Amino acid sequence: MSNECKVDCGRRRLVVATAAVGGVGAIAALVPFLSSMLPSERARAAGAPVEVDIGSLEPGQMMTVEWRGRPVWIINRTASMLETLPKLDESVADPKSEKNMQPAYCKNETRSIKPEYMVVVGICTHLGCSPSAKFKKGSDEGMDVAWLGGFLCPCHGSTFDFAGRVFKNKPAPDNLEVPPHVYLSDKRILIGEDKKGA
Amino acid sequence: MKKLLMALLFAPIVALASGVGLHLDKAPDVQGDKAALQSGARTFVNYCLNCHGASFVRYSRLADLGLSEQQIKDNLMFTAAKIGEPMRIAARPDEQKLWFGATPPDLTLIARARASEEGSGADWLYTYLRSFYVDEKRPTGWNNVIFANVGMPHVLWQMQGLQVLNKEHKLELLVPGTLSPAEYDKQVADLVGFLVWMGEPEAGFRKHLGFAVLAFLVLLFGLSYALKKAYWKDVR
Amino acid sequence: MASNTSFEKYKSDGSLQGNLLEWFDARFPATSMWRAHLSEYYAPKNFNFWYFFGSLAMLVLVIQIVTGIFLVMHYKPDASINPNGIPVAFASVEYIMRDVPWGWLIRYMHSTGASAFFIVVYLHMFRGMLYGSYRQPRELIWIFGTLIFLCLMAEAFMGYLLPWGQMSFWGAQVIVNLFSAIPLIGEPLSVWIRGDFVVGDATLNRFFSFHVIAVPLVLLGLVAAHILALHEVGSNNPDGVEIKKRKDANGIPLDGIPFHPYYTVKDIVGVVVFLMVFSIIVFFAPEGGGYFLEYNNFLPADPLKTPPHIAPVWYFTPYYSLLRAMVWPLFGIDAKFWGVVAMGAGVVILAFLPWLDRSPVKSIRYRGPIYKTLLALFVISFFLLGFLGTKPPSYSFFGVIPGAPVAQILSAYYFLFFLTMPWWSRIDKYQPEPDRVTM
Repeated sequence: MSNECKVDCGRRRLVVATAAVGGVGAIAALVPFLSSMLPSERARAAGAPVEVDIGSLEPGQMMTVEWRGRPVWIINRTASMLETLPKLDESVADPKSEKNMQPAYCKNETRSIKPEYMVVVGICTHLGCSPSAKFKKGSDEGMDVAWLGGFLCPCHGSTFDFAGRVFKNKPAPDNLEVPPHVYLSDKRILIGEDKKGA
Repeated sequence: MKKLLMALLFAPIVALASGVGLHLDKAPDVQGDKAALQSGARTFVNYCLNCHGASFVRYSRLADLGLSEQQIKDNLMFTAAKIGEPMRIAARPDEQKLWFGATPPDLTLIARARASEEGSGADWLYTYLRSFYVDEKRPTGWNNVIFANVGMPHVLWQMQGLQVLNKEHKLELLVPGTLSPAEYDKQVADLVGFLVWMGEPEAGFRKHLGFAVLAFLVLLFGLSYALKKAYWKDVR
Repeated sequence: MASNTSFEKYKSDGSLQGNLLEWFDARFPATSMWRAHLSEYYAPKNFNFWYFFGSLAMLVLVIQIVTGIFLVMHYKPDASINPNGIPVAFASVEYIMRDVPWGWLIRYMHSTGASAFFIVVYLHMFRGMLYGSYRQPRELIWIFGTLIFLCLMAEAFMGYLLPWGQMSFWGAQVIVNLFSAIPLIGEPLSVWIRGDFVVGDATLNRFFSFHVIAVPLVLLGLVAAHILALHEVGSNNPDGVEIKKRKDANGIPLDGIPFHPYYTVKDIVGVVVFLMVFSIIVFFAPEGGGYFLEYNNFLPADPLKTPPHIAPVWYFTPYYSLLRAMVWPLFGIDAKFWGVVAMGAGVVILAFLPWLDRSPVKSIRYRGPIYKTLLALFVISFFLLGFLGTKPPSYSFFGVIPGAPVAQILSAYYFLFFLTMPWWSRIDKYQPEPDRVTM
């Protein structure tokens, strides 16, 4: 009854125009509603960058700080820990850190800004468990005899080396994530932000 | 019939106009004046934030007043460690109740809460902060013309000076303060402006967005009205 | 209207969409519902301005439900005090207003929507009174409508507690205390409603539950019943004549036009105009001059300090005036009880309108001077009762005419208008209704 263009072409054009403009309005109206589900100012404030003093972190030790509700590990790697890394290039899935799991400034041999200090999010890239530290070589901590030290995810057995690189043929697909961070001074790190005052 | 309906629609408005109440001075509107709001923010953190919190306002929000994060941290942030934290006070509400007899109210929404038929919340605050006078009978030594037996002392008295109530029940400046009356009024106007801003920091954006939404609806109205006309032209 | 089953099922033209639609339609009354309620629902062609408010009420219902869903994601019904000394519920509303992205807009839409709902529904009800839409055969539509109005009042009342401001708290305190006026069971009843001896956390939680789940479900059911009943008997119109009396050879009313597309395109215009008014309030005056968001509600609830003057939100004030008008004990029972009775009766009496009105014609267009005058006076008194309800009992007009006795006289008129209607509606003059509708 209303579809014959012969009778009324103008009406059809109006239907299309009104529907188009109304549709734009409806989509615009969606923006506030969907945005309201994004992190609030409170969540953002809670997820703000964290300042950490690493002055008291002894070589061979690690500390854990919370950033955005996730554990961030800071490991003061000894020379012998660092020596293990090149040896494992054949055994890990992504030795050159090709996948985008770290900021550009950490895409290097040690996956860090300063070789000794590793800053990494302690969440397994498989299903989100937090791996545990297995720093001792060999089978002392229940690993196999050839183990050079690193991390083991208790949930599904993924293993990582001292640079958070995942071993081949493990459930986890990627290396551990390196968060954006910056040295405010020699012994102070800001985690969660690249440059101060950005 | 229609005229009658219109007449009775307006009856309440006529009746409303007959209200009587206390007289409030009109507060100058400084919402567009960032310098004034910044000065208000300074007065607020220096004089109010010792006892009153503004626990819904994050320090980072003060950036809306044209301040950088560093400026906020250096000049305004005395009660928090992080910029994302709200403007809290150090004292606990229950301790304050012990010290003052009542917990000083949170001031975030005071400008909205103080609105009434007599005037806006800004008018009330503007009048209130200029209406303290010396009263020996009060434990604090202060009283207020529009808030009888107020519990709060006059924290800005050094700026304003000492006022007393004379025989005609009018305020009179007995001892001048560090500011002239005009300067003091400006100082209070800035502070009140800040309190108003704090009551709804989105208010400015809200109005801007309103114009855009209305412009869109006008367009949609034109189209939908033409559409209705097109469909209804043969309905007799 | 013919029942749904008489419509033919969709037949595919052989295309993929056609086949899908045929499959679907064979299993679900899609085509028949579309036709019965839209494309072949014949509405009188002479609807005027007053007929926008039904569809607008539906729109506001949708706005309230959608904004409500998003508010519930952030709101916390918790009366305990946070470390800053503010009740958690109150703080969560300010959290929505400041910390949640766009939360302020969603909240203002919801708070403005509450008032808009009542404005639209009051106008919709007044339309019914103007054109006798409650008369036979539409009595049930009107009764469903009255129930919707009651539900809406419950919904609004319980929703108003949630921001946990001073007016929220003391409003709930006063209204719940009304129940204690009922002889014998009153006191335990009011304690049961609150779940505490004062309005407290338990009250807040149960009101939240009712506000977001129970009452909206009932409301949606009643709205469906209201529309189904309407489409069963067909719409009234400003002339109050039955369009079904005159049909063409195909059984289509001569004065009817299909709801879709005619009234859908017309209602879209109404919707856009409504959205303009709605936006003006939301964006430029969300407090509605202290009527939509009361100033005292920007103070957190304090059970130890009553604000100097408590008034309910504007949409309750006419009924609040009826409540306050009863100041005399009767039959050995407190005046308070009779106040509650008056307020309840003020709403319930609306449901009896179909049987109170004895005029031979429906529409005000053909009714006599008595109805026109008394209805005009009714509207005036309703407005004045509403106005006085926002004022303290000590209020006087221009400082000379005391408000309280005026409210009592107006309350008496409110009830007399209905109670004496069977008499004056019969003796009133009237003009004969036309055969067909007039444009």
